[in-house]
Amino acid sequence: MHFRTRAIHVGQERDRQTGAVVPPIHIASTFVQPGAGVWAEFDYSRSGNPTRKSFERTIADLEGGVGGLAFASGMAATHCAMMLLESGDHVLAGADIYGGTYRLLHKVLNRTGISVSLADSTDLAGFEAAMTSKTKMLWIESPGNPQMSISDIAAIASIAKRRGILVGIDNTFATPVLTRPLELGADIVMHSATKYLGGHSDLLGGALVVREKSLYDKLYFLQNATGGVMGPFECFLASRGLKTLELRVREQSKTALQLAEWLSHDRRVRRVLYPGLPAHPGHDIARRQMARAFGAMLSIEIKGDLAVAKRVCEQTKLFQLAVSLGAVESLIEQPASMSHASYDPAARAAHGISDGLIRLSVGLEAFDDLRDDLDQALGR
Amino acid sequence: MNHSSNGSHRAAGVSTLAVHAGELRQKAGNALTDSIVCSATYTFANTQAVIDFLEKKQDREEYGRYGNPGEKVVERKLAALENGEDAILYASGMAAIVGVLMAKLNAGDEVVFFDECYHRSREFCSQHLSRFGVVTRQIRCCDYEAMEAAITPKTKLLVSESPTNPHLSVVDLERFTDIGRRRNIETLIDATLATPYNVKPLEYGVDYVLHSATKYLGGHNDLLAGVIIGRKDKLEPIRKLRGIMGAINSPHNIYLLERGLKTFELRMQRHNATGQAIAEFLESHPRVERVFYPGLPSHPYHAVARRQMHGCGGLITFLVKDADWRQTAAVVDAAKVARIAPSLGGVESLIEQPLIMSYYEMPIEDRRRYGIPDNMIRLSCGIENTEDLIEDLRQALEA
Repeated sequence: MHFRTRAIHVGQERDRQTGAVVPPIHIASTFVQPGAGVWAEFDYSRSGNPTRKSFERTIADLEGGVGGLAFASGMAATHCAMMLLESGDHVLAGADIYGGTYRLLHKVLNRTGISVSLADSTDLAGFEAAMTSKTKMLWIESPGNPQMSISDIAAIASIAKRRGILVGIDNTFATPVLTRPLELGADIVMHSATKYLGGHSDLLGGALVVREKSLYDKLYFLQNATGGVMGPFECFLASRGLKTLELRVREQSKTALQLAEWLSHDRRVRRVLYPGLPAHPGHDIARRQMARAFGAMLSIEIKGDLAVAKRVCEQTKLFQLAVSLGAVESLIEQPASMSHASYDPAARAAHGISDGLIRLSVGLEAFDDLRDDLDQALGR
Repeated sequence: MNHSSNGSHRAAGVSTLAVHAGELRQKAGNALTDSIVCSATYTFANTQAVIDFLEKKQDREEYGRYGNPGEKVVERKLAALENGEDAILYASGMAAIVGVLMAKLNAGDEVVFFDECYHRSREFCSQHLSRFGVVTRQIRCCDYEAMEAAITPKTKLLVSESPTNPHLSVVDLERFTDIGRRRNIETLIDATLATPYNVKPLEYGVDYVLHSATKYLGGHNDLLAGVIIGRKDKLEPIRKLRGIMGAINSPHNIYLLERGLKTFELRMQRHNATGQAIAEFLESHPRVERVFYPGLPSHPYHAVARRQMHGCGGLITFLVKDADWRQTAAVVDAAKVARIAPSLGGVESLIEQPLIMSYYEMPIEDRRRYGIPDNMIRLSCGIENTEDLIEDLRQALEA
């Protein structure tokens, strides 16, 4: 069946007891067992919960994996994946990643003797050169955040496979509607479910989906042992969000492309970072790797300094000034002072996060309304 | 919401309204999304604050049955989508219609309505309103002359669904409101099957628009709600009575409704496109005797629908050729994507046999009168892929 049909039905079978078309929200922390030492499918909600299982099954199916795990946040999901590593191991991450991931890698993982380095994952030779004999995990976002860089997931996965390194892809920006990294050879897909999967700015959640059962078993053990699970109410809202995921992502991507094209002809804008524009360095890979659309995130660099960028962010009326992304409401933010503030200033500069950079998360509002809003905010 | 820039004024797009209309730009706690306020009652700082509220010097909440902050947001959003002044939310669609009828009618008054409608609305009018001395007159759907002929000096309200359930007849809103205007009688349209995406009855001069918001407005088969939309002064007595009768919606439900509305336009685009494609598929299938869908040229109200509606929605009724009730039930039972359930308008496709689901206890002569043959199937198309739904129906019909 097609993606959209599966998004509505897989994992969301009618409730056997009541026939409810929408499965009930199971809020019980514990489950009555058939006998001492005899375990039913669910025993304790940290170990497994029917509402969480529904969401996990749907997202696993949409990503083409064998199993999924839902977490309290995207960072809890990323952290769980990193706990596969041991002291002495090395993580090589792409250079265009979320500030929170940068912070986890550099300020938490480092304390357990795991070393980290960043390299440009769009430069295959350079990226491979940064791998060492200790490298056990590659961690990449595509499109990247906030430069919207596009990494060739299949090419990187094939290098990693040759060298026996795990590949984790943060697929939050692309979503399985546009890119399915497991089909391209990645081992782990990670999502901040807070973003497009939930889609309505009203839940926090994370997810991991994997290709192989043995890896799922390891991650499940870690999740159950460390306990950063998604709550039943959030799982319900996330499942509800998945039912309109394809509609939302396609519509928002279409509007983002229109905005990117309009902005790229605007004299007040120095450059537009959007993989759907032919001028974007990752455009050719994106055309191959993403399914007929380029996502709904874009960054622009305006002509002007920090103060001008700040003013633009504060002048919009439809685009609301807030971190996060991927929801029906359009958001605007300044990476240097908001989403990527946890980078060291020097690292920010090195990774091209300039003071004039503005990141837009394009929502479901009408294109004309969003264009008019940016037009007035950019000023004369 | 009128969004202006560059000195130009232009009505905002449907999705822009669906996402933003009715919401405060800056919300409590600086949250981006609205909070769910569960409070049953609301506190006053001191006695003077109570007096200020009673003397209408300050607009605020008092007690949960009279209003809730989340409810106000959704009422404003729904009013904006219908291009109406005000909206009142109810616990269900039936609570909404009962709320209007009880507020507007007194003993001795009369109401005239087209008989093709949700059977529970008809039941309330014919069996319960009568107990309160209200006379109801049922007219064959879309017979405007008969409707006008049924009007007496006591007639207070003209009521219809459009499109109707399950025959999808489309009421000519110009003719319907023309009768009301000339005879000085208020009009009510239950537009649940149309939604404001497909038609805005207020723009034709209808006084009250009613929706079971359980259907397309909520859109996810996971809440019950009803709403009545119209002019503020006309709605005021209805709102007052709701505060007394108490059929209010709950804060959790209201939040789900608000959330559902954010994707309203996208969902309706899919329901319209899939509904049309499946109606065409069914009409061309040798096992189908007849399809009721206003988007088909064969539908008796196709011309009205073309003039009046943006699209025809996701509900389709059809008759299985030469089938008795068991053979018809076999088609329903063979569906794998669509599930057997009452209700409609959600992302999940639902299928049912009206004879069994809604008219099981009705004598055959009444079923004939209301046009419910044994071989009728009602399908509510969800937002799954159109091809998956067509394949599912094909295998169910050919099983």
